[in-house]
Amino acid sequence: MRHAISVYVDNQAGVLSRVVGLFSGRGFNIESLSVAPTLDPAKSMMVITTTGNEQVLEQIKKQLNKLINVIKVVDCADRDYVEREMILVKIKAEKETRAEVLRIADIFRAKVIDVSPKSYTLSLTGDKSKLEGFVEILTPLGIIDLVRTGTVVMEREMQGRRKLT
Amino acid sequence: MKKITGAQAFIEALRCEGVTHAFGYPGGAVLDIFDAIMDARDIQFILSRHEQGAVHAADGYARASGRVGVCLVTSGPGATNTVTGIATAYMDSIPIVVFTGQVPTHLIGNDAFQEADIVGITRPCTKHNYLVKDVCDLGRVIKEAFYIARTGRPGPVLVDLPKNVMNSTVNFKYPDSVSLDSYCPTYKGHQGQIRRIMGVILKSRRPVIYAGGGVTLADASKELAEFARRLKLPVTTTLMGMGAFPSDDPLSLGMLGMHGTYAANMTVTNSDCLIAVGARFDDRVTGKVDEFAPKARIIHIDIDPTSISKNVKVDLPVVGDCRMVLRGMLAELAGKDAELAEMVSQTEPWRREIGDWKKQQPLKYCKSENIKPQYVIEMIDEIAPDDTIITTEVGQNQMWTAQFYKFNEPRHFLTSGGLGTMGYGFPAAIGAQAAFPGRTVIDIAGDGSIQMNIQELATVVQYNLPVKVMILNNGYLGMVRQWQSLFYKKRYSHTSMAVAPDFVKLAEAYGAKGLRVTRPEDVKDAIREALRIPGPVFVDFVVDPEEDVYPMVPAGAPINNMLLV
Ligand SMILES: Cc1ncc(C[n+]2csc(CCOP(=O)(O)OP(=O)(O)O)c2C)c(N)n1
Ligand SMILES: [Mg+2]
Repeated sequence: MRHAISVYVDNQAGVLSRVVGLFSGRGFNIESLSVAPTLDPAKSMMVITTTGNEQVLEQIKKQLNKLINVIKVVDCADRDYVEREMILVKIKAEKETRAEVLRIADIFRAKVIDVSPKSYTLSLTGDKSKLEGFVEILTPLGIIDLVRTGTVVMEREMQGRRKLT
Repeated sequence: MKKITGAQAFIEALRCEGVTHAFGYPGGAVLDIFDAIMDARDIQFILSRHEQGAVHAADGYARASGRVGVCLVTSGPGATNTVTGIATAYMDSIPIVVFTGQVPTHLIGNDAFQEADIVGITRPCTKHNYLVKDVCDLGRVIKEAFYIARTGRPGPVLVDLPKNVMNSTVNFKYPDSVSLDSYCPTYKGHQGQIRRIMGVILKSRRPVIYAGGGVTLADASKELAEFARRLKLPVTTTLMGMGAFPSDDPLSLGMLGMHGTYAANMTVTNSDCLIAVGARFDDRVTGKVDEFAPKARIIHIDIDPTSISKNVKVDLPVVGDCRMVLRGMLAELAGKDAELAEMVSQTEPWRREIGDWKKQQPLKYCKSENIKPQYVIEMIDEIAPDDTIITTEVGQNQMWTAQFYKFNEPRHFLTSGGLGTMGYGFPAAIGAQAAFPGRTVIDIAGDGSIQMNIQELATVVQYNLPVKVMILNNGYLGMVRQWQSLFYKKRYSHTSMAVAPDFVKLAEAYGAKGLRVTRPEDVKDAIREALRIPGPVFVDFVVDPEEDVYPMVPAGAPINNMLLV
């Protein structure tokens, strides 16, 4: 099962390497990873999406907690949270497909952020399934390049309420 | 506050931590520190002959004394030579602090002379590590290093000290306390959970305690013994747990696992309630995991949450310090005399069954013309004083020691359990002897392993540390040969140690004493003689070359599937 885990850490040299080393050393899988300082610049937030059964996830969380520089570990599966990722896609757009690409962009509410005579670059923000749907639809049109940021998450302020998005 | 150099501050910090012994080896990056050490008369510095030896010595010192072991080496090769020692301490949760020199901060990352990214290299085998970039951080970092090493589940901490940090000056004050908001080990077990596990234990009919090194680390042997005796619970220990429960107690089953006793492995396999205390379900203990204690509710007491349900699914975990949790469990017995008496009487048949297993298949070996290694160990046990500290190397020598030497006290048996490091025993004995100059310290060695840190002979001679090394010389890398014999059609690929030094002459070349024994009838006298000689001694016991360790559970088999003598 896929899990997003947010890891609140000291913003210090080497901390990322401790976390990543733990995953590689113990054979855990990292699907995506994003790191940046938080409101308190002395701390960073890492969001790691990973897969594994319940026992593996338990181990991952405990092992993360054991690292001295890790302050808090939250498994988003236990909470209501919002999840976003951004994707940049450079896609072929020549005569016949130029309008089609724009139509798809419009349907997904993606933005055109760069244009050339033969391509568009689109950016889209959303959760994992939305981005995957977007890529799937665009693929037949000829994706030239694609970059994703990795997932970021934030707990909902009011736990237990129905999702808005 | 006085202005002093980083090197002097380092010495001050060690003093504040109560350090009396340090082990190490000098070099360019730590010249300032070594210069300061020369004036620190209150800290005995022991110069090893290899940095690996220094780390194992610090580790042996820590295991024997319960205090934090300290090691100091130079940058680059000095630092990389410590890795095996650090990994050894890490696997067995031993509190040591390793200080490494480093090139000046402005050269870090430049491939400078004798530069190694030792913080990067040791990240996965330390509990934590530090690079000190500013002399103002030195006190805090050292304080944290000692604190992290000895608290919670103990372990090695490395502190990397760039040369310019150590020769710059600072207004030094050692901090009184640490503030680590991200590190707070749980000592006190959950009260409700303790009550629940006592309920389960009191209702069990085939209970057994499986005790590991955590009992020794938590100084919980007294509580363990009291608990086991009050409930009449049989106790098996891991290699690391040897001595945590007295071997001479009728409730003792000896070691379990791959080379465990028949009784221990049968007891665990047939148990309905396995009480794991400070143990971690290592694969050498469990054999085939799915068939380990298949009928038992599993209770697990451990200070490290990651140990729980890592290998074996635990039914009732308690995270906490073994001693505190055992005390809590004993307290739960108050007012339950009737229930306790009922349980003790209901478990009587179980203890009889275990008694039969013990009688059917005790540890044994066949006598022959040759010296049997097991006999040597029995005789060492018979002759050496009760407070003797035994270290071992790795291989058959180690397993036979665990089987045939009757350990009755914790911290009397120092061995590399988790990593299985050949070359551990001799330098560890140096550390133990430094901690207890008046006690007998014996390394029970193999002819292969002893050659891995043989250079430490110079150390024992230099400091007149009267360590006795009893080499069980079978002319083989015996444990590997045993596997080749059993599972590789006796194809002894590169396991002969036929080309070896004359250990007697070798010891003498270093200025120690050497003895050789070739006949069983001379074994006892040789041991007595070795113990009588005031200084370090090597005794070369020429033993049966193809003796194997039994019982043995083949790798991956369930532990009741034992090859017996
Ligand atoms: C540093 C290291 N290298 C290799 C091994 C693998 N190994 C385990 S036991 C053993 C044989 C040890 O031989 P010896 O010291 O003579 O002990 P014996 O088994 O003969 O008693 C070897 C090579 C190890 N444990 N440690
Ligand atoms: Mg040998």
